[in-house]
Amino acid sequence: MTQIYRVLSTWLCLILLSCGAANAYDYPFTDPYVATVLGTPAEFAAVLPEDVPIKNDSIVMFPERKVPGVLWNFADLNYSYIKVDGPAPLIFLIAGTGASFESEKMISMQRAFYGAGFNVISLSSPTFTDFVVSASSSQVPGNLEEDSADLYRVMQAVWAIHQDEMDVTEFYLTGYSLGAAQSVFLSQIDDTEKAFNFSKVLLINPPLSLYNSVVKLDKMLEDNIPGGMDHFAEFYQKVIHRFGKVYKNGDAVQLNDQFLYKAYLYDKPKTDEPTAAMVGLSFRLSSVNMVFVSDVMTQAGYVVPKGLVLERNEIIIDYGKVLSQLTFIDYFNGIFMPHFKAQDPTITETEVISRMSLRNKEKYLRNTTKIGLIHNQDDIIMLPGEVDYLKGVFGDRATIYPHGGHCGNMSYPDNVTAMVGFFKGITQK
Amino acid sequence: MVEMTIERNKMRHRTFCIFALFVVLLAAGCAKNDQQNLNLEPPMYPISEYVNPDIDYPIDVYDPFEGFNRCMYTFNYYFDSYIFIPIVNGYEYVTPDYVERRIYHFVNNIFEFTNFTNNLLQLKFEEAGVTVLRFVINSTVGIAGLWDPATYMGLNLKYEDFGQTLGYYGVGDGPYLVLPVLGPSNLRDTTGLITDVVTFSLAGPPAWLDDDSATWIFTGITAINKRRYESFRYYQTGSPFEYEMIRMLYTAKREIMVDN
Repeated sequence: MTQIYRVLSTWLCLILLSCGAANAYDYPFTDPYVATVLGTPAEFAAVLPEDVPIKNDSIVMFPERKVPGVLWNFADLNYSYIKVDGPAPLIFLIAGTGASFESEKMISMQRAFYGAGFNVISLSSPTFTDFVVSASSSQVPGNLEEDSADLYRVMQAVWAIHQDEMDVTEFYLTGYSLGAAQSVFLSQIDDTEKAFNFSKVLLINPPLSLYNSVVKLDKMLEDNIPGGMDHFAEFYQKVIHRFGKVYKNGDAVQLNDQFLYKAYLYDKPKTDEPTAAMVGLSFRLSSVNMVFVSDVMTQAGYVVPKGLVLERNEIIIDYGKVLSQLTFIDYFNGIFMPHFKAQDPTITETEVISRMSLRNKEKYLRNTTKIGLIHNQDDIIMLPGEVDYLKGVFGDRATIYPHGGHCGNMSYPDNVTAMVGFFKGITQK
Repeated sequence: MVEMTIERNKMRHRTFCIFALFVVLLAAGCAKNDQQNLNLEPPMYPISEYVNPDIDYPIDVYDPFEGFNRCMYTFNYYFDSYIFIPIVNGYEYVTPDYVERRIYHFVNNIFEFTNFTNNLLQLKFEEAGVTVLRFVINSTVGIAGLWDPATYMGLNLKYEDFGQTLGYYGVGDGPYLVLPVLGPSNLRDTTGLITDVVTFSLAGPPAWLDDDSATWIFTGITAINKRRYESFRYYQTGSPFEYEMIRMLYTAKREIMVDN
């Protein structure tokens, strides 16, 4: 009898242990701002293939489009592709806000999916400068509908170039952040146009309401620079000085993620302010680039006078300084709304804002089982309740991690397994 | 022998002349168009209202030779795209990763000489000592520097160059400079670089070896190796303000390196 008890209790213990192991999520940063800034440092990241036969290429979407000299190096749309031998699926990757096809997160995804045996085509975000200049039909980025339609055209054009060299069995689609929100629209476009017939679509950390998220990101910068943007220089000097103390005579400084991580370990920030400011700053920098090219291309008269032709070697930094002080709301009122009003004079702000939200797609998302979701409970671009809303919509097609901030944990082993597993049909719960 | 040296000097001289001419032509080609004299309606957010000359913008770095520097920047882009990166890619293609790592360590080990002299000049005796130890260990146990066992033993690289030494003694950055091929620098760091190169060739390993062709091969390998491990590519950041961003980051990076 005692023997049975012993066996039983051991067995129970084992079950409990294994449950514990399955639930533990050991991504190293529980602070969502730190997670967003530092991502997954190499020592915690999934081991992915090193040698990836990646090729860069470029495409011209509008051959007759004239690009002013100052934007000479954005006239072609750059992208990359990976071809594998033999029949295999092809996955399209869409980058997040302001990110190119070769951003750090994209490279990590490329390696993961190449490792899974897929062909991969990586596209920059429609908010990335060369996309705005060379591939956007309106050149007013931020409108999910139009941007996704542009992306769909690019995907078809790129596929037309490479279809003969790839033996593709089925098509997949994934994107992170803004790229995830666009993936929903892309999936819907594809349902009618059927150029690819995506069999699976994965959304990684999408915003629910693009407008809410962007306003939140804007505030992160302005609320966390002591004294406001006019005192940015002091904030900047403080950061540099702090990094100087960290560096202490090491290898030549490379201002990269590894260095940021070292700086964090040396002197952990006591509050969220500096990290939140860095997130906001990175967002502001991509907005500055995006809005500048949109202003130049559409002659919106936003910061550059209408009719002024900027030549190739023109010194334009003053426009950058102006833009660095403007928020997304300024862009929304100055370029975005006028663009919509030109198409439909009766349209209201509320309508435009609601069109930029996945709430509008609730029915589609509830009923389309090929779409899956990976998100973080503490994602800093989400408002309270937004992640839970998505959880409710996706049901068991959602994998929600307790932390990771905004896309910080994408290279963490559990996340990579979930991401690849979704397409391979392996569920791990 | 003497004739050969003269011949070689002539050749170097000629190469230099061609290069100088090229730079001048390029600079001329870069000359800006005349300002447009148009009476344009001011934009929604005009510079005159939003840029305050009294505010200190980190993006502004002292750059009196901006015109020249921008041309150099563009030159480097073309040099990179059509010459340097193809060579680096070819090198990566023919050289196994394992060999590349050995070369990387070998080059680093040779340049411990520069770290040593500059640690000494900054009176960082402990760091200078570590540098000597690293050199001895890596040259022997690490077989001529092909491996880096010193780092495993906890003896970390103590990088110092003469630009940092000058900074250590309070010399300011001076004007920002974009050097041909080498990229971002400033007057202080360029002076430092020249000093380091001269010291290295007159008193360092090349002088001990006294073999010109070996020195040239080493220089070539060093350049390729350096570019191999530098992921920066001109005009790939997607920023229309890349020149200024790089200028700001270079300045910050050097400030961090000097500030310790």
